[in-house]
Amino acid sequence: MCKAFGKHEVLKGVDLDIERGKVNVILGGSGAGKSVLVKHFMLLLRADKGGVWVDGTNVFELGPKELTGFRRKFGMVFQFAALFDSLTVEDNCAFPLREHTSKSQSEIADIVADRLEALGLAGTQKKFPGELSGGMRKRVGLARALVLQPEILIYDEPTTGLDPIATLNVDEMIMSTAERFKVTSVVISHYMASVFRIAQRVSMLRDGLIVACGSPDDFLHSSDEYVHTFVSTAGVTGGASPRQEEEETRPR
Amino acid sequence: MAGSDSQGAPEELSLRQAIMEGVRQAFAPATGMLETVGGHVLLGLKAFAWLPRRPFRAGTYVEAMEYIGFGSLPIVLLVGLFTGMVTALQSVHVFRIFGFDHIVGGTTGVSIAAELGPVLTSLMLAGRVGAGIATELGTMRISEQIDALESMAVDPIQYLVLPRIVAGALMTPILVLLFFIIGMGGAYLVAVTQMGGDEGQFILNFKLMVDFVEVTKGLIKGCIFGFTVALIGCYYGYNASGGGRGVGIATTKAVVTSSVSVLVLDYFVTEVLLVIFPVGH
Repeated sequence: MCKAFGKHEVLKGVDLDIERGKVNVILGGSGAGKSVLVKHFMLLLRADKGGVWVDGTNVFELGPKELTGFRRKFGMVFQFAALFDSLTVEDNCAFPLREHTSKSQSEIADIVADRLEALGLAGTQKKFPGELSGGMRKRVGLARALVLQPEILIYDEPTTGLDPIATLNVDEMIMSTAERFKVTSVVISHYMASVFRIAQRVSMLRDGLIVACGSPDDFLHSSDEYVHTFVSTAGVTGGASPRQEEEETRPR
Repeated sequence: MAGSDSQGAPEELSLRQAIMEGVRQAFAPATGMLETVGGHVLLGLKAFAWLPRRPFRAGTYVEAMEYIGFGSLPIVLLVGLFTGMVTALQSVHVFRIFGFDHIVGGTTGVSIAAELGPVLTSLMLAGRVGAGIATELGTMRISEQIDALESMAVDPIQYLVLPRIVAGALMTPILVLLFFIIGMGGAYLVAVTQMGGDEGQFILNFKLMVDFVEVTKGLIKGCIFGFTVALIGCYYGYNASGGGRGVGIATTKAVVTSSVSVLVLDYFVTEVLLVIFPVGH
């Protein structure tokens, strides 16, 4: 897939597979084009060349009506949550349900309350986004993305601007959401500690191309100079990642 | 020789490129303006293509009408009152020289109904509504709220643009009518109460010169200008980029463009209306 904005080529032939049911992290430096890449997945941007295939369908060939149904497979958690300022937390979360289902107001309120409670946000229904902390806004963004039970969840830099404890909470939220709701997760990040906590598969974007792809352990022991520099400067050392350790010790 | 030939080719190419670049730059303002006008037309067409399609979301229309109509009421009434007062004041002083001050009710009525009402109301809306829409949509664009709408399979043009331009086209004529009513009230206060003019003559000349057609002309203008102001606000807000500075630029452009557009359109719409409703009908 190729994408340019004017003369600036952002994606120069990206070739990437996303594994179903796993937490897939797309890693890359600032301005590498990670957000641009994932916005193509649900056709928020249209590539100049190439395509995105989801369940055998090329997204770019979908008509307007098919696209509406297709987008319901996705949930997206934006970098700064992108909550609607004029709506309360409850109305933000209820928005997709009111738009796409014929559920009653009480059913919608129950679903919203359930999702908010699952994410530790019980009692915030009547608050406006401006009254919430950064971490809470991200969780509300996730609750909104989850109400329609999407198959694929995209997180655009979910830990940007958060303190280490809030970052840890968001990481745990991503992992527990993946497990509880059985969704395929695509996470954009450049925070190595986060990446190694949550990732089951990591892909690195550099200069508009995917330069490395594999398990977190593959990245820790990569011989690629750029990957090695990226990992080592973040202070992440060898050994199995916490996520990998967890998977290895989990009873089968 | 071969060497000089091989060196000459790239020079010729760069010269051609330089000429093309010069031509492109010379026509850049014209092509840029065409692109902007085309962008407005496309946005308007895309929005109206959604008009007969579900879901209709009546609430978004009511909200936009409340913001554009009810929200603009105080400023429009205030400007209308003082416009009527000052028009009558000037008219009485000038017409009195020729002994025609009894026709002030009629002349002020025609001025406000067909010209001052729609133009000043629309200029007020350009400042208040055009800026408000551009800022709101621009902020939604840069904070990814518009992307969020799309990601939730909601078309942002149907959800954000259509209600605002429909509300602009429907509410502005109502504001123009209210501007006219309060403006005539102000004119009466000055011409009759303050300047001692004859009440009967004021009302008689008003009835003679201001008929349904004059008021309709103003309402038609209000509809066109209201649509234009809302569309321009939506266009610049929807296409905003570059953070807070980008929103500021979008807002400024929306206000300037919609104000100028109202004044330019006023001439052409008046020409057309004079053909449809000739003077002395």
